[in-house]
Amino acid sequence: MSNKIFEEQHVLHELKHYLPTQQALKDFIHHNSLHAFQHMKFYDAINKASKIFGFQVSIELKDFRELYKTKRIREDILDKIISEKKGSNVVIEWKQKLLNAEYDTINQPRVGQLRKYWKEYFYIDLDNEVHPLLFRIICSFLDQGVAIENYPVANKSFIESIKDIEQNSFVSFFKTKKVKELFLSGNYSIESLLQLIVGKQEYFEQYLFDQAFAHHGWSGFISAVEDNPQTLLDPKKINLNEFIVFELLLELDALNNKLGNNWKPIATVTKETAIDLFADAPKNELAKVIEIWQDAFEFSYYDTVMAGILLAGGEDENENKKSFAAIFCIDERECSIRRHIEATDNTCVTFGAPGFFGVEFYFKQQDNLFYDKLCPAPVTPKFLIKEYDAITNKKSEPIYSKDAHGFLSGFLLSIPFGFWAFTKKIQLLFFPKMSPAISDAYSHMDNQSVLTIENKNASDVENGLQIGYTIDEMVARAEGFLRGIGMVKNFAPIVYVVAHGSSSANNPHHGAHDCGACSGRPGATNARVMSYILNNQKVREVLAAKSINIPSSTQFIGAMHDTAADVMGYYDATILNDVNKIQHQKNIQSFETALDLNAKERSRRFASINTKNELQQVRKAILNRSVSLFEPRPELGHGTNTLAIIGRRDMTKGLFLDRRAFLNSYDYSTDPDGAILTNVMKPIGLVCGGINLEYYFSRVDNIKMGAGTKLPHNVMGLFGVANSSDGDLRPGLPWQMIEVHDPVRLLVIVEHKPEVVLKAIQSSDEVFEWYKNEWVHIAAFHPTEKCFYYFKNGVFEKYMPLTNALNTIDDMQAFIESAKEMETNHIVHATKENLEVHLLN
Amino acid sequence: MNQLLPLFIVLPFIAFIFNLFFANKKEKVIAAIAEIGTSLYILSAISFAIMWFINGYTPINQKLITLYKTDGFEFVLNFYYDHITAVYSVVGAFLFFFVARFSRYYMHRDEGFKRFFNTFLFFLLGFNLIIFSGNFETLFIGWEVIGLSSFLLIAFYRNRYLPVKNAYKVLSIYRLSDIALILAMWMLHHLTHQNISFTQLTKASATAVEHQHTGMALFIALMFVLAAVAKSAQFPFTTWLPRAMEGPTSSSAIFYGSLSVHIGVFVLLRTYPFWQDILLVKIIIICVGAITAIVSSLIARVQPTVKTQIAYASAAQIGIIFIEVAVGLHWLALIHFAGNAFLRTYQLLVSPSVLNYLVHHQYFHHTANTSTADNKLKNSIYTLSIKEWNMDSILHNYLWMPFKWIGRQVGFFENIIGRVIIIVLGLLAIAATFLYPIIFESINIYLPIAFMLAALLIILCSFSSRKSSRVAWGNLWIAHVFIICAIVKNTGVLNWQQVAMYASGVTVASIVGSICLYKIKKIDSDISLNNYHGYVYEQKNTAFIFLLSALGLLGFPITAAFIGIDVFFTHIGANQYALIALLALSFLFIELAAIRIYLRIFLGLHKKLDHPVAFRSS
Repeated sequence: MSNKIFEEQHVLHELKHYLPTQQALKDFIHHNSLHAFQHMKFYDAINKASKIFGFQVSIELKDFRELYKTKRIREDILDKIISEKKGSNVVIEWKQKLLNAEYDTINQPRVGQLRKYWKEYFYIDLDNEVHPLLFRIICSFLDQGVAIENYPVANKSFIESIKDIEQNSFVSFFKTKKVKELFLSGNYSIESLLQLIVGKQEYFEQYLFDQAFAHHGWSGFISAVEDNPQTLLDPKKINLNEFIVFELLLELDALNNKLGNNWKPIATVTKETAIDLFADAPKNELAKVIEIWQDAFEFSYYDTVMAGILLAGGEDENENKKSFAAIFCIDERECSIRRHIEATDNTCVTFGAPGFFGVEFYFKQQDNLFYDKLCPAPVTPKFLIKEYDAITNKKSEPIYSKDAHGFLSGFLLSIPFGFWAFTKKIQLLFFPKMSPAISDAYSHMDNQSVLTIENKNASDVENGLQIGYTIDEMVARAEGFLRGIGMVKNFAPIVYVVAHGSSSANNPHHGAHDCGACSGRPGATNARVMSYILNNQKVREVLAAKSINIPSSTQFIGAMHDTAADVMGYYDATILNDVNKIQHQKNIQSFETALDLNAKERSRRFASINTKNELQQVRKAILNRSVSLFEPRPELGHGTNTLAIIGRRDMTKGLFLDRRAFLNSYDYSTDPDGAILTNVMKPIGLVCGGINLEYYFSRVDNIKMGAGTKLPHNVMGLFGVANSSDGDLRPGLPWQMIEVHDPVRLLVIVEHKPEVVLKAIQSSDEVFEWYKNEWVHIAAFHPTEKCFYYFKNGVFEKYMPLTNALNTIDDMQAFIESAKEMETNHIVHATKENLEVHLLN
Repeated sequence: MNQLLPLFIVLPFIAFIFNLFFANKKEKVIAAIAEIGTSLYILSAISFAIMWFINGYTPINQKLITLYKTDGFEFVLNFYYDHITAVYSVVGAFLFFFVARFSRYYMHRDEGFKRFFNTFLFFLLGFNLIIFSGNFETLFIGWEVIGLSSFLLIAFYRNRYLPVKNAYKVLSIYRLSDIALILAMWMLHHLTHQNISFTQLTKASATAVEHQHTGMALFIALMFVLAAVAKSAQFPFTTWLPRAMEGPTSSSAIFYGSLSVHIGVFVLLRTYPFWQDILLVKIIIICVGAITAIVSSLIARVQPTVKTQIAYASAAQIGIIFIEVAVGLHWLALIHFAGNAFLRTYQLLVSPSVLNYLVHHQYFHHTANTSTADNKLKNSIYTLSIKEWNMDSILHNYLWMPFKWIGRQVGFFENIIGRVIIIVLGLLAIAATFLYPIIFESINIYLPIAFMLAALLIILCSFSSRKSSRVAWGNLWIAHVFIICAIVKNTGVLNWQQVAMYASGVTVASIVGSICLYKIKKIDSDISLNNYHGYVYEQKNTAFIFLLSALGLLGFPITAAFIGIDVFFTHIGANQYALIALLALSFLFIELAAIRIYLRIFLGLHKKLDHPVAFRSS
């Protein structure tokens, strides 16, 4: 240890591994906040992460105890977990520990222990000296269009651009001549600078971690830009190395400036030995206690879900005539609208599929200078779909312009703009409505426009991307899509492919509310594209040859559900034949009724809306809320997500799951050997598990792993938010998004034989890691035995729920109205807002 | 109609008191009180303005109550209403109402929901006290109230480091402006030999010319300007404005975007009759305004964050308004104020939307940056603007550091020997002043200065202390003893009533504060001033009581010491420059020292890591 050699590349690599990976906010991609520890078992990983970085990684012990007292954690479940984990003979002993033992809950992190000596030995607050200027410079360099004045040097790397400025300027960013000259000479490296500042090699790694994690937001963002430059529309050349070098130079400058010669490298004055940040962190008893509590908290809910599925005893789909079918995104927010549409029209059927609907491409909106990726983040599409003939004008909002920030223009404009702002204020207080300033899910694509879905010829290429799909490529996607959700026969006359997006105002995190399977964007284009493909005669012919016979009377229609405003838009309805046209009008009515009910169900969590009001009033209030500038919770995003159910709708149709389940349609009977299932399971861990874990960690430590409360956020350079002017970037989710969330891991339930499910999740190491390391729970629901097998320690074991009865909802509206609002957003109170699993009458 | 004026003070006060009685959970009631209060304010502000207009458009001066009266000193609550008040009250009323309504939804479920609305109403009270005030004493109460409520709103997220640090920074600038105002009042009192109301300002100015006291008049006017410049974030104080954007967006919008930051303009407008004939003052105001307008615009241009950009843009416009006031274009200044206030409030409130709006703008209108670093002047201006024209480091190095340095040189006051020495000296001072004044007669003329110097040094020691909070706190009380002795000695006559008013206030505050610190000391052995301890997280009530005692100790208008201090200033002669300078500095730093103790012990990152604690940089 004491003679540890410093290897720059290795340490940089490690740093990048542990830093947050959140990219620019415009494309919000959910991911496991502790992705760096995913190779370890969940409980080992969170324990280690908390020791290294000081994160709170679970609900606090006192809160677990309170949850037990309020019966949210069930005693029978707790006993069962203890006896499973510790043995049935020590249940009483461990229960005593869980409930009453006193533990030292103070967690002193390993990171930050070396750099603190600056203050202790030299009374210098290095963070205060360096951070504000460093953040301002880096933010200016990366800025995407907030500043009026462009950064003076374009198209050069960060360090080179600073060098250019320094060489051609009467003033300097540096305070001391010595450091400025060192910088201009270019005669330095991370190692040489560390030698000056830290002094001893064995401390270098520790120092760099201390430094980077003193502002993990900025360091993480720079690392993310280095790896994904396309996250910034206006690309910037920067890497973590440059950022570290510059910070070290500024530190050296601050030390020389403040202390002159009265300082020594920090490692030479400290008597503490260098800390091995990543040394094993054995679990103490407290960690083991928390582990049991967490399992008990999770299973207190899971048990009722599994019992519910058994009790509801889904009947097989009837073969009667269907009015229509609707394919929604698997998103758990669509769980309730599906329930309501089925209740409104009991002859319709609904499906769930990942919201990019099997078509991956870049989308170029008309007049847009850039491409938007519309598929899951890890996929790199080879296709481009372009929009033309759009007729909506892009409106602008002069008051948002930066014109009023100038000297003279400000003088001339501040008076008229000021009084105009006054009228705007009155308007937004009393008559909120959609405006160009508001992020509108439907503005992503014009509903009258034409898309280049079909490839004309192989040479039709733009920037290396093929424009549109060939028939073969369409067929491959159509077949994969239909087989994935088990829609291979018995087609309804109209099939709606319903994407989702979210409109919200004053919300830098609006991307997190859009479709996760479309890289954080509204999925309307994907819905249109897949509908077009499935309506295509040539595609249908080839599909028929593959024994998927889509009758000519069946037509597919793209649509999009705005999950914040509860509005539904339809695309290309003009193609419908006369019979379907009439039916479509009826269906719209059904959708509208379902949207009313959905709005009502959602409104129970919104303090500004009285759920008991008339349906129409509530619906209007929900719509207003989505365009209200003063509403920090236009919707609640993925908050409360807990389940991913992969199987036929009949499994869950009789259940009230309170919008907590990702519902992915899959028909085991069409896939006896699990070939389709392997594909279906691929994104589940990454997408649903990623969302779930980001919510989990942002919930348990909103201060460090989340973005904190939104209220003071300041938009930085159009790519992130920070508190105040000199703050670090805040990755993660803001408090307003996670307060309804119960921090439990995702439970995936797959309707198939356990051995088939096992084979499917073992198809690749990346997929299997989620389950093997327990970051996501998985259970198989045996379709013929009608019982559950829970995956543990590499095998599926039979799971018998302890719950044997559930309450039934007779009147949905009355039930929703009777639900209580949380007293405070503390977990013990907040979790009460999440309703238990109920059977539907 | 004139009798209605005090209603503008009474209403927010009632609303403020009323709100204290509801728990944080009662969001609807708390917000409703603020909404009803502010809508009544709109109604009354507009109807009063109309009535006033119909009744002949003549300024109203209304004496409410005399709080204290002695020979040559009269502390009166006095109200005044003219076109300036009319504009400020109508604009203010709308903004207050708007933000109250906005915040009702915006602040939902914030753990500080109640605290926000309480501070909001307290601020409203202070704002009205200022704009309706008829004399400097009344205005000064409002001035202090606004200062405190601003501090509390900036440090709203009190368990994070940056809000606390920046709140302190703003407080120190505000305190500078307080002291400037006190000095102006002091000199004005010497100029006119009475406490004058604003209606007498023209006369006061004439008196100065008549008696050839132009130096006095110039000093007074410059102090007005300093007070206004600091409060309105003009050069070289502008950097506090973006740093004040720490609280919820809605509070930043109303306070730092609009109302609070335009109060300096108000003071200039109000005191205009006094300095309208002093050319030098006008030139200074125009220069400061112009420099601010230029420098702030340049800084605004390079800001890569939305709120700081708005802050600098707003400061630049206020610079122009300063010029308008100086050249006498008052209606333009008032309209400009209204426009700027409405615009910046709105821009700040919608600032989170900018991400979406400008990213879309970028989608359709992006043009690549092609700049190269050829233009040396441009680069220099860019670099300087990123560094905010070094305003921060200049203030730090030349304004605060010298005093910190002095404080450190007298650090031995904190040691046991140093404490014995100052206690002995303090007893000697008391003896020399109250018990045996005869014995010390030979050195009498030096004693006030000596005592005052001792007070200042002790205060500076506490101000820069990194050691025991309890010693630093105790020393502040001893400093007060020296101040009392210095003034009494200086006056020569002992007025027991005044001494009692002053001493009772600070002593009670000091004892209560000591008890609070003792309570914390029992929990935690280390409550040194070297670090933030964040005890408000677990000791909310103690923190609140300590805050009140800190305010009491520095003469905030909650104890009789407030009037005592005002009276004391008048006991220093117009030509006693050294003494007044020392006293002013003492009052400047005693506040900073006391609040610093509050900050370090109660605010900032909570030191116990058994729950999530914010990163220091977040």
